[in-house]
Amino acid sequence: MNPDAAALRSRFRRKQGALLAPYGAWALLFIVVPLVFVAFYAFTDNSFTFTTEHIVRFFTAVSNADGREVRTYLLIFGRSLKLAVLSTLICLLLAYPMAYIMARAGARAQKVMMTLIMIPMWMNFLIRTYAWMTILQDTGILNGLLSALGLGRVHIIGTEGAVVIGMVYDYLPYMVLPIYSIMAKMDVRLIEAAHDLGCNAVSTLRRVIWPLSLPGVLSGITMVLIPSVSTFYISQKLGNGKFFLIGDAIEGQFVANNLHFAAAMAFILMVALLLCMTLMKYLTNRQAGTGGARA
Amino acid sequence: MKKIIELKNVCKSYDGEIVLDHINLDIYDNEFLTLLGPSGCGKTTTLRLIGGFEQADEGDIIFMGERINGVPPHKRSINTVFQKYALFPHLNVFENVAFPLRERKAPKAEIEEKVNEMLALVKLSHLAKRRVTDLSGGQQQRVAIARALIARPKVLLLDEPLGALDLKLRKDMQQELKKIQKATGVTFVFVTHDQEEALTMSDTVVVMSEGRIQQIGTPVDVYNEPKNAFVADFIGESNILDGVFLEDCKVRFAGQTFDCVDTGFGKREPVDVVVRPEDVDIVPESRGHICGVVTSVTFMGVHYEVIVDIGGFKWMIQTTDFVDVGEHIGLYIEPDAIHIMKKSEYSGLYGDYTYFSDEQEELEAAEAEAEAGEEAAE
Repeated sequence: MNPDAAALRSRFRRKQGALLAPYGAWALLFIVVPLVFVAFYAFTDNSFTFTTEHIVRFFTAVSNADGREVRTYLLIFGRSLKLAVLSTLICLLLAYPMAYIMARAGARAQKVMMTLIMIPMWMNFLIRTYAWMTILQDTGILNGLLSALGLGRVHIIGTEGAVVIGMVYDYLPYMVLPIYSIMAKMDVRLIEAAHDLGCNAVSTLRRVIWPLSLPGVLSGITMVLIPSVSTFYISQKLGNGKFFLIGDAIEGQFVANNLHFAAAMAFILMVALLLCMTLMKYLTNRQAGTGGARA
Repeated sequence: MKKIIELKNVCKSYDGEIVLDHINLDIYDNEFLTLLGPSGCGKTTTLRLIGGFEQADEGDIIFMGERINGVPPHKRSINTVFQKYALFPHLNVFENVAFPLRERKAPKAEIEEKVNEMLALVKLSHLAKRRVTDLSGGQQQRVAIARALIARPKVLLLDEPLGALDLKLRKDMQQELKKIQKATGVTFVFVTHDQEEALTMSDTVVVMSEGRIQQIGTPVDVYNEPKNAFVADFIGESNILDGVFLEDCKVRFAGQTFDCVDTGFGKREPVDVVVRPEDVDIVPESRGHICGVVTSVTFMGVHYEVIVDIGGFKWMIQTTDFVDVGEHIGLYIEPDAIHIMKKSEYSGLYGDYTYFSDEQEELEAAEAEAEAGEEAAE
């Protein structure tokens, strides 16, 4: 190789290394170290000797619910997963057409819509959740409106529905934005080509737009599923504390100073999510790989 | 010959800007027709109207005797090879080509057979399982052609498909496209701004400018008998001069009277005179019809491109004889080298070789103006 080029390259590498150092330090300090701590606490007891008791406890602890014996934490985890998956699906159903419409709109309209999606995110998360409390309460804005219209009242607050509404509202932007950014970059000619080659609107969506937008969908799902499976605040405020979710359980144990069991639950949650995402990535890769499922 | 597509008085404008101005065009079955013109002349819009991606503001688009304005692209038996190919990146070569057949839910065996046949036609059988993103430009091009032809369209539209290829590959693909067109019998409507490409491939060339058709003809016709100064300038190189038609076979330009072969213009009618650079002979001053000074000589490989100043008008001459800058030479022009055209809105805009491009001319003019301003200020 040309010695000048080699020198240039090594200088560039050194420079690049120097630039990366702060981020490396940041990642080490705030991502790697905490993760190591979580794992360490999860597998140790109060005297910091190795144990799997907390992990085992998560899977085996039982309690009584309506006179039946249930596995406490598995039940909570299952409920969390159910609500999170439901919220994620609703987010996807709302966000996908929204992202599509945004990506195809004019430049000005795109900016306006983007701002409208971002504005709620400027407000504190807790305040947004409180706002939903006021809306959904039995004597809240929604019921006031309904009864004023003579439609009677509904009881929402304290139901799973209220928790799902809260999650969908809070996390929708995280679904819209990655899908939108993929769709905005999508070459319009590909859509035209699909029409040209015999696809109507529906089959263009199914055969071209959807498979090409999968990476955005996947990152949207990740960004919504993970926070909603581990949320505790929304369930406390909108579920009236009746729906104990895994996030609530972890928070409770931390507050009660049971750091090791809290860490064990966090660790299990993390592993479960990691498995979920890996599986999903594998499935989408297979579909997006060569010619769809039929090939 | 059977008409397959007719455009009748088609108009189209975007935001008040007229892109197509009353286009009338007949496209015949089995022909290779090229829409040729500079960017912004409306050729791509014409193609997109035929493909169904745009709707005409006015006029009719007739396909095999039926008006198809408003019929969506997927219901037209017309397919397109897009400028940057628009291959589906999530599908491999085979699946890209099979795409239209899968949409029709064709039986598996039929798909297999037809795709393989089509891949063989474009010589890509060995790459069937390859990802399209791993192909070279030329290979992607072939996939796009195979994909557009597999549904057996009546017409194939090609939007500057060779633009992204390098020169040698482009020449091969020109031959190849022509062969494919002959083999399949599909009507090709080809859009390009490259006049050489248009001349070498087409049965019919349609020269467009500013949303209007300037001339329709065979490649030989549009080169040898350009209809106006625009066509003469756009296709090949031309010296275009102001002239007066004196009588049949007599025309006056550049201060001289010349014998020519044209007839049928009015007596003393002002005309545009075209002389192709390769039709001019350099002779000693004493034997020349007109004389001038060489201002520049450029070596082009096969020939020299010589610019000669004759009474302020810069002529371009292509010659294999070497002359030097500053030399006084005579030009000899045979009668059949002189082409006479009616005056048009393009008269006087083209044909002088002080600059090659309009852009350069504008830049130089602006600079001269600025200099004049500075001098005045001093």
